[in-house]
Amino acid sequence: MSNKKNNNLLEVRAVSKFFPVHGGFIFKRKLGDIKAVDCVSFHIKKGETLGLVGESGCGKTTMGRLILNLDEPTRGTILFDGKDITHPGKKENRALKRQMQVIFQDPFGSLNPRMTVREIVGQPLIIHRMTAGKSEYMQKIDHLLEIVGLNPGMADRYPHEFSGGQRQRIGIARAISLKPRFIVCDEPVSALDVSIQAQIINLLEKLQEDFGLTYLFIAHDLAVVRHISDRIAVMYLGNIVEVANRADLYNHPCHPYTRGLLSAVPIPDPSVETKRKQFIISGEVPGLMNPPEGCKFHPRCPRAIPICHEQSPLLLEQGDASHWAACHNA
Amino acid sequence: MTKLLSVNNLSVHFSSGRGIVKAVDQISYDLNAGETLGIVGESGCGKSVSALSLLRLIPNPPGQIVSGEILFEGRDLLKASKEEICDIRGNKIAMIFQEPMTSLNPVLTIGHQVREPLLVHKRMGKKQAAAEAIKALKKVHIPDSDRRFAEYPHQFSGGMRQRTMVAMGLTCAPKIIIADEPTTALDVTIQAQLLRLMKQLTTETGAALILITHNLGIIARYADRVNVMYAGRIVEKASAADLYKSPKHPYTIGLMASVPKLDQDVKTRLHPIEGQPPDLADMPQGCAFHPRCRYRVEKCCVKSPQLRIVSHDHEIACWIDV
Amino acid sequence: MNKKNTELSISTGKPNVRRKSLVFDVLSHKMALVGVLIIVSLLCMAVFAPFLAPHNPNDQDLYRVLEGPTWEHLLGTDDVGRDLLSRVIFGARISLIIGIISTFISALLGSMLGLIAGYKGGMADMVIMRITDTFMCLPVMVMLLVIVTVLGPGVENIIIAISVLTWTTFARIMRGQVLSVRESPYIEAAHADGASELRIMFKNILPNAISPIIVAVSIMLGRHIMLESIATFLGLGVQPPTPTWGKALRVGYSYLEIVPLYSIAPGLMITLAVLGFNFLGDGLRDALDPRLRGEGDKLPEAAL
Repeated sequence: MSNKKNNNLLEVRAVSKFFPVHGGFIFKRKLGDIKAVDCVSFHIKKGETLGLVGESGCGKTTMGRLILNLDEPTRGTILFDGKDITHPGKKENRALKRQMQVIFQDPFGSLNPRMTVREIVGQPLIIHRMTAGKSEYMQKIDHLLEIVGLNPGMADRYPHEFSGGQRQRIGIARAISLKPRFIVCDEPVSALDVSIQAQIINLLEKLQEDFGLTYLFIAHDLAVVRHISDRIAVMYLGNIVEVANRADLYNHPCHPYTRGLLSAVPIPDPSVETKRKQFIISGEVPGLMNPPEGCKFHPRCPRAIPICHEQSPLLLEQGDASHWAACHNA
Repeated sequence: MTKLLSVNNLSVHFSSGRGIVKAVDQISYDLNAGETLGIVGESGCGKSVSALSLLRLIPNPPGQIVSGEILFEGRDLLKASKEEICDIRGNKIAMIFQEPMTSLNPVLTIGHQVREPLLVHKRMGKKQAAAEAIKALKKVHIPDSDRRFAEYPHQFSGGMRQRTMVAMGLTCAPKIIIADEPTTALDVTIQAQLLRLMKQLTTETGAALILITHNLGIIARYADRVNVMYAGRIVEKASAADLYKSPKHPYTIGLMASVPKLDQDVKTRLHPIEGQPPDLADMPQGCAFHPRCRYRVEKCCVKSPQLRIVSHDHEIACWIDV
Repeated sequence: MNKKNTELSISTGKPNVRRKSLVFDVLSHKMALVGVLIIVSLLCMAVFAPFLAPHNPNDQDLYRVLEGPTWEHLLGTDDVGRDLLSRVIFGARISLIIGIISTFISALLGSMLGLIAGYKGGMADMVIMRITDTFMCLPVMVMLLVIVTVLGPGVENIIIAISVLTWTTFARIMRGQVLSVRESPYIEAAHADGASELRIMFKNILPNAISPIIVAVSIMLGRHIMLESIATFLGLGVQPPTPTWGKALRVGYSYLEIVPLYSIAPGLMITLAVLGFNFLGDGLRDALDPRLRGEGDKLPEAAL
């Protein structure tokens, strides 16, 4: 494969993930598929942050797991730095872990309660044989803890002795221990208090600056995503419905779902709030088993036209380059 | 504006393995008829506990309402008898909880649960209560309410369950509705629907709404007045407009500065509040916020400030004027 | 690197909870303390038996058969004139050895099988669970006797027999724990670290699944001692002249009216041992439980 002058660190091409659903009493038959991720394509350039937003059931978390190889896609290809990593072998998988890491959502569940902080942060180092001896090991861990703003003297304590924000820092220390190039941040601040969220967001931004990291930032909080991302992709029921850079998405959203989503987020400023025009989306997110025909959003869409019932719209460029939307009536 | 509820010097303490935890420490506020009062704060600030104590739902042990009075309709709820409180719960004061998954009984039908307050408080006959319940479900925009009446909670989505809770809360036309983080577990678009619905219904019925949340945006959009809580105390009281235009307590100021806003310029770096919320079993001396406060002076480390008036309808618990 | 950036908010916050040691927690539990004292006494009795026993337990004095308590023989003598007290003291050795070794073999075997079944799932799980189910269907007492009869007498054979019949408890407990722990986010984190299956099983899952096993071990210790007593009571197992509590209980049964202490003394010892281990088990369970509160570990007491 020729090495095109490609600045993309990650490329996702037509990736789908289907979970088969079986039913029946004696003879298990396949009832259908849950199309958690349905033909999704996007790319992330080196050093940038792509925000991935959507509500429950949209598939963003599944997408994150597919990229990290924690799950295998049903169809499609994933390329990392030009190499196909869709179905890696054991060795390749291991090597990939050094380049792609993850920060989990749950600061209370993602740390092993029976391991000390040192053991948690150091486990990747041991697995990948990144340290020569004990003193180097200890030094590296102390250093990592300092980088994320924790006191190295606390390295021998257990996770339950720390607050939520501190635990998230431990998780971040673990994620950067292998000096990865790419980190999937799966809702890293959703479970934290508001005043702590800002601390962690700042930390993530600083780390990106210092280490040249590329982020996939998965979240449902639009204000946070807007703050940290360069480009944003909006997902709905397994599809990407809009991709644009930060300013464009918020100032000129094309897809009705994006507009509804933005409208639904309250802004902490009554004077602005009262003047805002509301774009209301009614109804609920339908189940993933039997999504609507045609455009999956059409039953809830205030701008639906007849073709929306029949044909699923393609992701097309909207005038402005690098602003894409999947809508017949954008 | 008629005063509907008056909370004076309410304190709720919990006994834990590490000592007494002052979950709520001497809070006082009023609620007027028809208004929406927002109580905002982070986890551990005591906002939920203060709401539960209005209906005397604090589990005892380990919790205990140690002092204060809650004046409602001419009597002190804390001194009311068991029957009187049961009469008020769900009837005059209704509560909507955070978790739609667990606050509905999974083995009883939706209809059964929605009409229960009517059967208990209004002594209606079953048929009449059922009809009223169906009307209530329609009001909260649950489609096919006559059919849905016989369904079970697991057949409803999270948003629909919360709307059922709202319907339950409104059946007896209460004077006060307490909504404790009603939308935290819901998607953003569903959140917006639910809050709009709640605001609309309370405006229609003239009920007062106490909206408890950690989301500053929700408060800005829906609340008339706001109480900001920190470590069990109210640190700022103001009208919503005032609070956002000129917050006066360092905690509120810090909070506002640390939240990314959808409409602000992205180049601005977030300004988080340093440090952590205090351990309620081991509170610092003086003002609970002082270890994290950039404006602190010596007095803050020694004595805990009381609420004082700084301008019209705006009080703060702080020794200095920022 | 760079200066200590205030934006990073160095967290010097005090840890929320001082981590007390498990031993401290257990010992502050009154019942557990009693249990520990009992067990320690019994262990001392077993270890220091040669020093504690006034007589050689195998010394027969046919002139002093079936005597009641005297100054020379504080508990009296048995049917061949041996000092009962000495036999009870020495009996502790065999009974405790059998109890402890069989429990540990059983726990090890069961835990390993449960760990593999729970983690691997699929075919391995099914096979192991069917084997477990089969063994669980066997009536313990009956099979114990069958196995001991087939294998023949001897301490080793009793240990094997007991272990083979009781490992299923541990397997089920471990499997249940592993199934729930396996789904935890921190296990997914270990996968993301690149950990091998072995590392995940032993370093990540096992420490989180082990506490109910520890509690089960303490309770099963008592049960195993009792099982040994039953086997020997019914005439199988350890051969004479080795003193065991079960043996003494059995033989003394015939002389209940003459020298009641012959049966009662060892019977009391067995009761004490079982009680001691049960109390310890209670203490361990309580000490481990609050620690685990909020971390998803629930003790499946029904399995015990």
